[in-house]
Amino acid sequence: MTKSISTTNVSASAVNRATYLKHLLTQASAAADESTLPLKALRDQAIATVSDHTFPSGRDEEWRFTDLSDMLSLPFQRAAKGTDAHQLAFSAVQSDYQLASLNGHYRSSDSKTLKQAGVVVAPLSELLQSPDYTQKLEAIVSSRLAQLQGAEEVFTALNTAGFTDVMVVWLAADQVIEEPVCVVRESEGEAIAHLRTLVIAERHAKLTLVESFSGTGEATRCNTSVTEIWLAEGAQVNHVRLQDESAETFHIAKTAVDQAANSRYQCTAIDLGAKLSRHHLEVYQSGPQTDTHMYGLSALGDRQLADTHSLLTLIHPHSSATQIQKNIVDDKAHAVFNGKVFVAQTAQLTDAAQLNRNLMLSNKARIDTKPELDIVADNVKCAHGATVSQLQPDEVFYLQSRGISAEQAQRLLLYGFAMEIVEKISIESLRQSLSDRLTEWAQ
Amino acid sequence: MINDNAKTILSVRNLHASVEGTEILRGLNFEVKAGEIHAIMGLNGSGKSTFSKVLAGHPDYEVTAGEIIFQGQDLLALEPHERANAGIFLAFQYPLEIPGVSNRDFLRVAYNAHRKARGEEEIDVFDFDDLVEERSEIVKMDVSFLDRSVNEGFSGGEKKRNEILQMALLQPTLSILDETDSGLDIDALKTVSGGVNQLSTADNATVLITHYQRLLNYVVPDYVHVMCGGHIIKTGGKELALELESRGYDWLTAQEAVV
Ligand SMILES: Nc1ncnc2c1ncn2[C@@H]1O[C@H](COP(=O)(O)OP(=O)(O)OP(=O)(O)O)[C@@H](O)[C@H]1O
Ligand SMILES: [Mg+2]
Repeated sequence: MTKSISTTNVSASAVNRATYLKHLLTQASAAADESTLPLKALRDQAIATVSDHTFPSGRDEEWRFTDLSDMLSLPFQRAAKGTDAHQLAFSAVQSDYQLASLNGHYRSSDSKTLKQAGVVVAPLSELLQSPDYTQKLEAIVSSRLAQLQGAEEVFTALNTAGFTDVMVVWLAADQVIEEPVCVVRESEGEAIAHLRTLVIAERHAKLTLVESFSGTGEATRCNTSVTEIWLAEGAQVNHVRLQDESAETFHIAKTAVDQAANSRYQCTAIDLGAKLSRHHLEVYQSGPQTDTHMYGLSALGDRQLADTHSLLTLIHPHSSATQIQKNIVDDKAHAVFNGKVFVAQTAQLTDAAQLNRNLMLSNKARIDTKPELDIVADNVKCAHGATVSQLQPDEVFYLQSRGISAEQAQRLLLYGFAMEIVEKISIESLRQSLSDRLTEWAQ
Repeated sequence: MINDNAKTILSVRNLHASVEGTEILRGLNFEVKAGEIHAIMGLNGSGKSTFSKVLAGHPDYEVTAGEIIFQGQDLLALEPHERANAGIFLAFQYPLEIPGVSNRDFLRVAYNAHRKARGEEEIDVFDFDDLVEERSEIVKMDVSFLDRSVNEGFSGGEKKRNEILQMALLQPTLSILDETDSGLDIDALKTVSGGVNQLSTADNATVLITHYQRLLNYVVPDYVHVMCGGHIIKTGGKELALELESRGYDWLTAQEAVV
């Protein structure tokens, strides 16, 4: 009896999920049609890929802990351009390179694109009209856009089917820009938007990329985001990702990275906002001696959920990788960490370390952590660990014994826990604004 | 310095305290007047650190009987931070590490908490930097330690110096130094002792918990107490420490067993 009921439920919800994904795809295609990007082949392929999927459920191993079923009752429509009056909230970094968008639509009024030989920082929609968009550059973009591994994943493909524009950052060989390149994503209104960014650092090029996601208002919304980052030989990309979406947002994102020989990639991902956020961070290797640093911090309260799914695939020798993911959960919040590291037989002399530390501030909060190390090579150094703890009473007492109240001591300890990640960010003004934000969060 | 007319800073009477149901302090009596330096010695596990933590208000220890009067106030009625702000300072036997919080920020927050408790305004960041750098000289601590996380990766001796720096900054009325001399090299011992002497005035008092007579050559106590089984079994002058050094504790503890 029980069994037949549950079977009926499952099939009903399966139908539901199939219809829902179809709905999202229809909205994505409509958004694509409205944009003028000549990417028909790419879009068609993505549509076909999405059509082969169903909307994820808890039965999918990859979505076991992150339940998207709340979305099923939310028939999101594609995002409109947003109001001209929208005031850009992002101000933590001042730079001559800033690409701002509202609901995925580029806003030239809030953007700054310093012209410089060998550097392109522009939305694809404008680039297409520009004399700078040489055949060579076009070839570079089309050989990289949506070409990174993992493109067939359902939300990645959905994003490809429906992105409104692509924020393009390209640095020619040996170009170094000291100022951070900011990609600012803001949202308003109830809608779904697909945000796309493509970053290409040619040989020995070097840049800092800051991505910021935030929204205004109480509206329910969904943002999918895909950022593809290509590092050619010896290139260096220092990537900071700030997710501070508004409270009713579903934020489903991917950062996919390709690292050629001797390149260095660092990601510092901070998740503070959204109702539900998911960040896939995938790093693939196309040459030896790569250096990869993945740092993450989620600080969550209420019923927020943040899920960090990382994948590091090493197939070449002599590489090093460090990962530290920290989560702080209060109230009924839920943090998920799944960190896959694959070290192939061909990746000898790899040195990799992964650490996941979780701080639980409430006994109703929840942590799911799953390090997955798959190490085939034999001559490697790999360490990993995961801890879940509460604030240490002895640490609180130590601070109290110096005249600091218990509440303030707890705030200081929280701040300290979080700052170990924030300190990885090299931009002083951003560290400061985050430390202020975290102090406020801890109140 | 003993002055019979000095006012009493701390008065502990018949103190009993337990941890997880086991009684550790058993009828402890202890009195400190302004200007005095006391040393507490005794075997491992005799309850010295427990006593210091009870004074500071550690939540693990339950006071089951007795009273502690600090400058006329019922100390047991105060929260740990209120005790600190009232003038109690404990230099920990094992100072804790606070990753991610810079020593400078920690010291400033603590210093401002003291000021606030006295109804004074918070000090501004630049004035504080001057102050803390000046105080660092008392313990000859390099200012680079201010920008590291609190005690994180500090050597044993560096942690102890950092405790005395906190004392120098907060200027407590009663300082309890729990084995601050352990783990110090000879030069550091001289520096730290010099700091303690420099900070000691006719208006405050210091309690040194130690196993070694050596410290007492540098910081000369007015009284030496021997703790055993959770209370004080003998009190003497500085010569008692020398006697303990040569005779050990047997002659006292054996006597205690009889009593
Ligand atoms: N939190 C605790 N839980 C259980 N037992 C405790 C706790 N704190 C102290 N004790 C016990 O109380 C007794 C006294 O310990 P305390 O640390 O006060 O001794 P001490 O005199 O400072 O010794 P030492 O010279 O080794 O520092 C010991 O037997 C110790 O194991
Ligand atoms: Mg002790």
